[in-house]
Order: sequence, then C-alpha cells, then structure tokens
Amino acid sequence: MTYLLLAWEFFKIGLFSLGGGLSSLPFLSRLTERYDWYTLSDLTKIVAVAESTPGAIGVNAATYAGYQAGGILGGLVATLSYVAPAVIIITLAAKVLDRYYKLPLVQSIFSGIRPAVTGLIGAAALTLIKNVLFDFSLWKGWESFEAVVDWKALAIFAITTFTMLKFNKHPILYVGAAALIGILLKM
Amino acid sequence: MLLQLFLSFFKIGALTFGGGYAMLPMMQRELVDNRAWISEQELTDVYALSQCTPGPIAINTATYIGNKQKGTLGGILATLGVITPSLIIILAIAALFDGISSNKYFLWALAGVSAAVCGLVLCAFIRMVGRNVKKAMGIIICIISFALVFFFKVSPIIIIAAAGVVGAVVPLIGRREKK
Repeated sequence: MTYLLLAWEFFKIGLFSLGGGLSSLPFLSRLTERYDWYTLSDLTKIVAVAESTPGAIGVNAATYAGYQAGGILGGLVATLSYVAPAVIIITLAAKVLDRYYKLPLVQSIFSGIRPAVTGLIGAAALTLIKNVLFDFSLWKGWESFEAVVDWKALAIFAITTFTMLKFNKHPILYVGAAALIGILLKM
Repeated sequence: MLLQLFLSFFKIGALTFGGGYAMLPMMQRELVDNRAWISEQELTDVYALSQCTPGPIAINTATYIGNKQKGTLGGILATLGVITPSLIIILAIAALFDGISSNKYFLWALAGVSAAVCGLVLCAFIRMVGRNVKKAMGIIICIISFALVFFFKVSPIIIIAAAGVVGAVVPLIGRREKK
C-alpha cells in the first residue's frame, strides 16, 4: 500500500513541478506533514546529496526520498512515478511539435523565444558565478572584497572558461581536472 | 540506435553535476556535436519547452530527442538512460555510503567541480549567443529576458510566453510596412 501511495504522491509532484527539479522541493517538504516517510531534517540531507551528485536534482531527490520511505523498491517507484508526467506530456508535445515545427508562424514564435532562452541561460550562468565564486554575506564595503572572493574557485573558473573557449574539449575533462585540483588545493 | 540513445543519455546523467542549465554544456557536446541528433536551435527550443512543462529539463530533453529519433519507445529509453545513473548512485549512497556527503575529500572535489561548471555554463551561454541572438530584435529580447530574470526574478514561463508573442507579431508588422 505504501508503494501505491508513493507512486501517487510522486506522480503528483512530477506533474506540478514546473520548470525544473528545484521546484519540487516545496512539495517534498509538504509530504512530511502528511506521512512519516522522512523528516524535515532528512530532507535537508536529501537535498544536499541530490545537489552534489550527478544527474537531474529533482530525480536525485525523488530517488532518495523514495528510498527513505520504502527502501530500494521505494526509490524505484518514486523515481519512475516522478518522471512519468514529464514523459507523457513531452511525448505528446513532441508529436504535435513535429507536425507544426516547420510552419512559418511556429518558426517566428521560436525566433522570439530563442534569444529569450539564451538570456535565461545567461542569468543562470551569472547566478551560478555569484553563488559559487563569491560570498556576499561577508561584504562590509570594498575593503572586505578580498574575503568575499573565493580565489581558488575564481582561478579554476577562469582557467576553465579560457581553455574551453580556446580548445573546446569535452566538458567531462574540465570536470575531472577540477575535481582533482579541488582535492589537491583542499578547497 | 535504441541502445545508442540509452547510452548517450546514460553518459549525460552520469557525468553532469548541478542539474538543469548546468547540464547544457554536456548536452551541446553529446547531442549536437557528437551525435548530430538535434541542432543548437532546436536544443534551445526544447529548453524553452522544458521551462513551460513539468519535470526536470534533463528528462524533458531526453524524452523529446528520443521521440524525435525513434518514436515513443525511443523517448522512454532515452529517459531511462538519463535517470539510471541517478538511481544507481543515489541508492548506493543511501544504502551504503551514508557519510559521503560530509566526507572532506568529496567536498573538496565538489568545490572544484562547481567552479569549473560555472565556467562551462558561461561558455555554453557564449556559444548560444552566437547561434541564437541575431538582429536587433534578438539582442533586445536577450538583454531584457536576462535582466528580468537576474534582477527581478520574473518567472521564466512569463518571459518565454511574451517572447513567443513578440516573435510572432514582429514579422507581421515588418510585412505590413513593406507593402
């Protein structure tokens, strides 16, 4: 019975998490009010692990939360139920879009949307840079600037950006090298 | 081909850190450059669709590209490919290595990776500007969208909907003026 409930709850979370995995978090925390699958402090750990492991954050969180609720089978049930709404909706959308994609009106709509999405990605990049390379909670005027910047992270960021633009190697090379440098520098 | 879909998305699921937009550099490399399953423009369109539909971007992209290549079954296999690494890694951590999220070596490596991901996403953005932002209209839409999200935290769905309307209306005005 737990598995059926898990499937139903995570299907609903998948359905209502608009615009990416992080939007699932409020729903995951609301589950703690209705079931004793995991506690709010478990959820803090679930989110920390989901954000620091490979893959989509929402999927990682669903797997971990499902595991807490019902073991390995619980993790499987929660994850598959969580992605099911997206799979159904995108499958239908892909078939509709495929039929109309070449239409001039659809192409002009997308010609407006593409630069907008590019702007969104620019905002995401700058937000990442702001959060990872700087700690503005330490800001006390310009003389505190040195403490605000994470200089090791800034160096890795600068080298990655420069070498990626110049040599355009596979992203995983940069990720692997950065992991090693992180350990060597005790970041 | 079905196996290739599963494997490519497995690779993306296993090797990207940070989710969402942080997965874009890997998708550009694997799906646009290496496999040529989708053009850069269409990948941007899928990201737009993902912002307006439920679920993580990685899932939406996998389902869409799988569908495009091999129909419904392709979509399901590509999606299973992208979630399988999560299932293995998260279940292993939950069941066996409970302490890894506070292990100092793991945290050092993660700090290094996060800094590199910032650079990779910035490069993905620069690449997208080159392919997607054309003419005065594109530049204006791009700057306004950026500012609305970064400074005013406007919902991406509203921005995409508005940009779609602008994209549909602007050519109509241009046509009328030419007559």
